[in-house]
Amino acid sequence: MKQPYSYSPHSRFFARFALWLLAACTLLVVSPVRAAEAPNEMIQRLSEEVLQRINADPALKAGDPRRIDQLVDGIVMPHVDFQRMTALAVGRSWRDATPEQRQRLMDLFRTLLIRTYSGALSQVGDQKVQMKPFRANAGDTDVIVRSEVVQPGREPAQLDYRLRKVGDAWKIYDVNVLGVWLVETYRTQFAQEASGGGVDALIRSLQQKNEQLASGNGKAN
Amino acid sequence: MSGRTKRRLPRLLAALAAAATIAGCATTGAEGGTAATRDPLEPMNRAVYEFNDAFDRAIAKPTAQAYEKVVPAFLRDMVGNAFGNVRDVWTAVNQLLQGKPGHAASDAWRVAINTTFGLAGLLDVASEAGIEKHNEDFGQTLGRWGVPAGPYIVLPFLGPSSLRDAPARGVDLWADPLRTIDSHGQRNNAFLLRAIDDRQRLLDAERVVSEAALDRYSFIRDSWFQLRRNQVYDGSPPAAEEDTEWLDELERQESGTGGAAPAAPAPAPAPANTPSGAPGNERR
Repeated sequence: MKQPYSYSPHSRFFARFALWLLAACTLLVVSPVRAAEAPNEMIQRLSEEVLQRINADPALKAGDPRRIDQLVDGIVMPHVDFQRMTALAVGRSWRDATPEQRQRLMDLFRTLLIRTYSGALSQVGDQKVQMKPFRANAGDTDVIVRSEVVQPGREPAQLDYRLRKVGDAWKIYDVNVLGVWLVETYRTQFAQEASGGGVDALIRSLQQKNEQLASGNGKAN
Repeated sequence: MSGRTKRRLPRLLAALAAAATIAGCATTGAEGGTAATRDPLEPMNRAVYEFNDAFDRAIAKPTAQAYEKVVPAFLRDMVGNAFGNVRDVWTAVNQLLQGKPGHAASDAWRVAINTTFGLAGLLDVASEAGIEKHNEDFGQTLGRWGVPAGPYIVLPFLGPSSLRDAPARGVDLWADPLRTIDSHGQRNNAFLLRAIDDRQRLLDAERVVSEAALDRYSFIRDSWFQLRRNQVYDGSPPAAEEDTEWLDELERQESGTGGAAPAAPAPAPAPANTPSGAPGNERR
């Protein structure tokens, strides 16, 4: 007989999942993109800038929803192909969704991600982002950039991004936190919700989830 | 290792070979498959999951919360370090089994440093000195050897596992240095403390899972599979076959229909590149 309900080292990652997924979502950052910038350079610049901004803004760190919105909309979203991210998470039923339904799905998904991870902002501190070697061919339009968040006294946390070239700019459309891709993780759940009543059912359950989170933090602690 | 452990080795290896074969046969193609192929035992798994969850809410979690409240952080760190140091021994062995002598040496070195300068493992001075900590277990070793994860299995009390990892977990336990503690009472206390320590570390994570997940069961399952695969490949698994073809195709179609934002699923019949009429509806 061993431990009662321990996920043990296997899933200890959940403990850091919160922090890094949030970090990842926010690390998708900043300022006008220079045309010839390589995707790995962009990620590095953005990561550093977001960490810096969070550290410089106590209200943001404390989870002030308005400040988080500002950070996400003003700085993060310009570098994210959020439509593609949502579409991939929703899966093939995306094709049958009307423009209104698609917009609704994007809004709800965005809210869910922000609500869930804004609590982790308070943990941002003396982390540093270290880029891993980047390999890509000249003509590639779809790449993975790997990085690591290092913090004294902790295991480094893996943080990878999948980017696609849209025109001149590289846009992030998936994030990997400690080995877990965001899109893939949501895909089954979304498909599950949509399997009965289609896109509308998915919209309803996302809505419910968000309301539940808004009123008293889900069933947290 | 004791003589007792040595005598058990052949039996153990035979059992392992058998388990690996079963896992291999049962799971061809399961890696990265759909929920149905990865989790054929879902009804049973969900039942065990519910049981674990009830046990957790009633006993494990409150205990962990009390532990967190009563024991100061620096003491908890020491407890975690001590168990981590013990785990590093098995990690080093598995590094060797996986053909990574360099990592094996560095992990063994960690144990040596932490056991001496780290005051019997209470301090993780090796990490402070920049010697990276790894976590390897026998399930990862099997994965390295090419054994696929196999179907998902939720173990009572222990949580997510698979046909490959559940037996491997037995090997981890067999090799667990805590088992060599002679006194029954002390041994059980050590296991119990480690379980509480593990659970306490998951308190924050659990909150995130509760909030992020529409369905906790499948959220945990799907992240768990990815996580294990990532661990097997030490953080850089071969890029998973991401099926984006359909979306690329859709985007081409929709941007082709008169520059409407890609969000518009082209209500009007599309030109040239979509001869079959209403785009987006041709396949389900």
